[in-house]
Amino acid sequence: MGLLGENGAGKSTLMKILFGMDEIHQTGGYGGDIIINGEKVQFSSPIDALAKGIGMVHQEFSLLPDFTATENILLNREPLKYTVFSELFGERLNILDREKMDQIAERAIGRLKVPLDKDMMVSQMPVGHKQFTEIARELSKEATDVVEGIKLLVLDEPTAVLSEQEADSLLKAMRLLSESGISIIFISHRLQEIIDVCNTIMVMRDGQIIKTVPSQGVVIADIARWMVGRDVGSSKREARGFDYENTPVLLSLQNLWVDMPGEVVRDVSLDVHKGEILGIGGMAGQGKLGIPNGAMGLFPAGGKVIFEGKEIALNNPRHFLDAGMAFVSEDRRGVGLLLDESLEWNISFTAMQIQEKYLKRYLGGLLKWRDQAAIEEETESYVKQLEIRCTSTKQKAKELSGGNQQKVCLAKAFAVGPKLLFVSEPTRGIDIGAKSLVLKALRKYNEENGTTIVMISSELEELRAICDRVAIISDGKVFGILPATTDSAEFGLLMIGQKSQVLEGGSV
Amino acid sequence: MNLQQLTSSAKGLVKSFGLPRIIIGLFLLSLFITAPFVGVNIGTSLSDTFNRFGMNAVMVLAMVPMIHSGCGLNFGLPLGIIAGLLGATISLQVNIPGPTSFLLAILFATPFAVILGWGYGQLLNRVKGGEMMIATYVGFSSVAFMCIMWLLLPFSNPTMVWGYSGTGLRTTISTEGYYRHVLNDFLSIQLTDHLTIPTGMLLFFALLACIIWAFLHTKTGTAMTAVGSNSVFARASGINVDKIRTLSVIMSTWLGAIGILVYQQSFGFIQLYMGPFYMALPAVSAILIGGASVNKASILNVVIGTFLFQGIVTMTPSVMNSMIHTDMSEVIRIVVSNGMILYALTRKAEVTR
Repeated sequence: MGLLGENGAGKSTLMKILFGMDEIHQTGGYGGDIIINGEKVQFSSPIDALAKGIGMVHQEFSLLPDFTATENILLNREPLKYTVFSELFGERLNILDREKMDQIAERAIGRLKVPLDKDMMVSQMPVGHKQFTEIARELSKEATDVVEGIKLLVLDEPTAVLSEQEADSLLKAMRLLSESGISIIFISHRLQEIIDVCNTIMVMRDGQIIKTVPSQGVVIADIARWMVGRDVGSSKREARGFDYENTPVLLSLQNLWVDMPGEVVRDVSLDVHKGEILGIGGMAGQGKLGIPNGAMGLFPAGGKVIFEGKEIALNNPRHFLDAGMAFVSEDRRGVGLLLDESLEWNISFTAMQIQEKYLKRYLGGLLKWRDQAAIEEETESYVKQLEIRCTSTKQKAKELSGGNQQKVCLAKAFAVGPKLLFVSEPTRGIDIGAKSLVLKALRKYNEENGTTIVMISSELEELRAICDRVAIISDGKVFGILPATTDSAEFGLLMIGQKSQVLEGGSV
Repeated sequence: MNLQQLTSSAKGLVKSFGLPRIIIGLFLLSLFITAPFVGVNIGTSLSDTFNRFGMNAVMVLAMVPMIHSGCGLNFGLPLGIIAGLLGATISLQVNIPGPTSFLLAILFATPFAVILGWGYGQLLNRVKGGEMMIATYVGFSSVAFMCIMWLLLPFSNPTMVWGYSGTGLRTTISTEGYYRHVLNDFLSIQLTDHLTIPTGMLLFFALLACIIWAFLHTKTGTAMTAVGSNSVFARASGINVDKIRTLSVIMSTWLGAIGILVYQQSFGFIQLYMGPFYMALPAVSAILIGGASVNKASILNVVIGTFLFQGIVTMTPSVMNSMIHTDMSEVIRIVVSNGMILYALTRKAEVTR
């Protein structure tokens, strides 16, 4: 079975429930029943799930890098030999039965039919082999008297990190396994793979199952629409005609590369016109977040950033801010806020440091004194304007909810009065009410002050709702730029790295 | 209802002031109450407490800039003290008696504090996250290095050098005739035979405290607090984090230098060689007891902390000693001061989250 959905649709959460992960119990538990082989089960820990024959390969590797494949496969389940010492001191002094370990590992690897060297250190393996080691570990869990043999294998985006050839051999191995009677739940963002390898396809969105269909005859475009579209074709945005011909280019990125871990930008060239709202979308890890972070100078970057005709030196946030740009980071708590300080500080700080706002000068400018009254006044006005819910402007930022923290971040950027505003994931992790307020505030700010906004978001619908154009980033490059009015299925295709015939060879 | 309100507001008060401070404060109060009954003169006790407060407060104040910029507690205080010692010895070498020598000592200490502080700051910028451990060893190794230098530097004022060889500085040098008690005696108030308030010294501390307080309200001071609170945020707001941190270390080092000069003028002696070695821990403890954490400290923390710490260290030995009628004051003093340090350092782990 293939399980599909956008980021945050609830795929991984569902699998974590199935696997009885601690996170679920810690964050509120779940309702409903899990039925395996006609028997209702409730797992309180992954160990219970393992005992029932469920194996899971997680998105992130859980391997010990300095151990060999065999050792990783059999970690903590090693066959043991008794020695004299174990008689004296108990089982803890048993030694490992290396020969038997090798046999089991070989058998597990053999079922996958892949060229995996069981004696290789994990740290020296290519990524694909690490993935195989993980799968082999699940396969090696054979039936014993306490534990049932592996029956259901959950693979959470195993192909995301693999090259095409590696993915191919993995898919082959998966087919072999399913023929041998092991059920597989396969989560992936590569739609073609899912169609190729799965018998059933299940699409999730917003924590609900949207469709469950047999994979025969399904085409990628269908899946993309199920995944992305809220109301395909009838989105409620008011399109506004934006005249690209007659507005100057405000910001031009040329061959920008950014070394941001997990969001590497390889080669992005992009023109932003004065007064527009440009959306940047794409799958997680493709590099969309790297663009503003790199342009701002928070991560090592290269290439050219030209703002109002002048080149901005990279790798120093000061130049970026001095030029009149501002950035609302996706990492609210890490980069966006002074959690231990008051709202007043959070909102006024950047404007104070960059533009010397809210300062009183004494001794001919030698002494720059913080102007408490001006800061309070400004903060009050933003609290009202953005409906920030707080007990007072003296409240600490860490005490606010996520949505209100986001509003504080926006207020901080607005206080600088930027000509161009980068907003990164403005709605991540905040509730629906706050979401629409944040989006409205952005739109309003753009319309009233003519501020150009570049908004980066994983939620396509959100981009389509407020942007004029949306650029899709894939593999660190701009994959296509479409007007926001384009059908969401087209965007869905772009996001997974495919161009439909209509778009082949051209973009706006 | 009323009682509930009362208890809840009392609880709020306790929470805002901090339970440890209330307990220590009550203990100190009980010592002052017991004192007359066991034959300890309350005037002398108070006088001693004020004196020790004034002697140590500036060195505790030297913690504040580095805490604000996120460099942690200034375990490298001995470095600042060494700058102060250099200022003091050079001032004595110049040999101008009277209060002028104190001003000269400050003047000579300043360039050393700036240079040493700058280097120390560069070092700390390279070891972000492990500042406190590195700072401790910066303090220790600089003391060891100066042990050599005190012997080799060509000082020649006969009050300072070893009498028999004529070279090398003595371990203790009297400030008599130079700046002994210049601050203590300035506007000092003699209330009774035993109770004197060292007004000048307290005023001098107040002046420095005001300067630091004011600095933290300026643009640069605001940036310093922000760097300590969240350095990534500060960087994203265009702040040169390393520069601000270096500035804070220079300020802390300079305050350390001034702190030891204030200490010397009251104590009456300049202590060289291993003198600075153990100065950092009491200062660190005092500010922690005052309610500061590793990245938050206020002037109020300095005042409360120094008063409580020095109060306990002054009072406990004399009261206990009189109670058990044996001369154990030195032992008790060591037990109490190290106990306080131990308590304060364990408290540090609590507040770092």
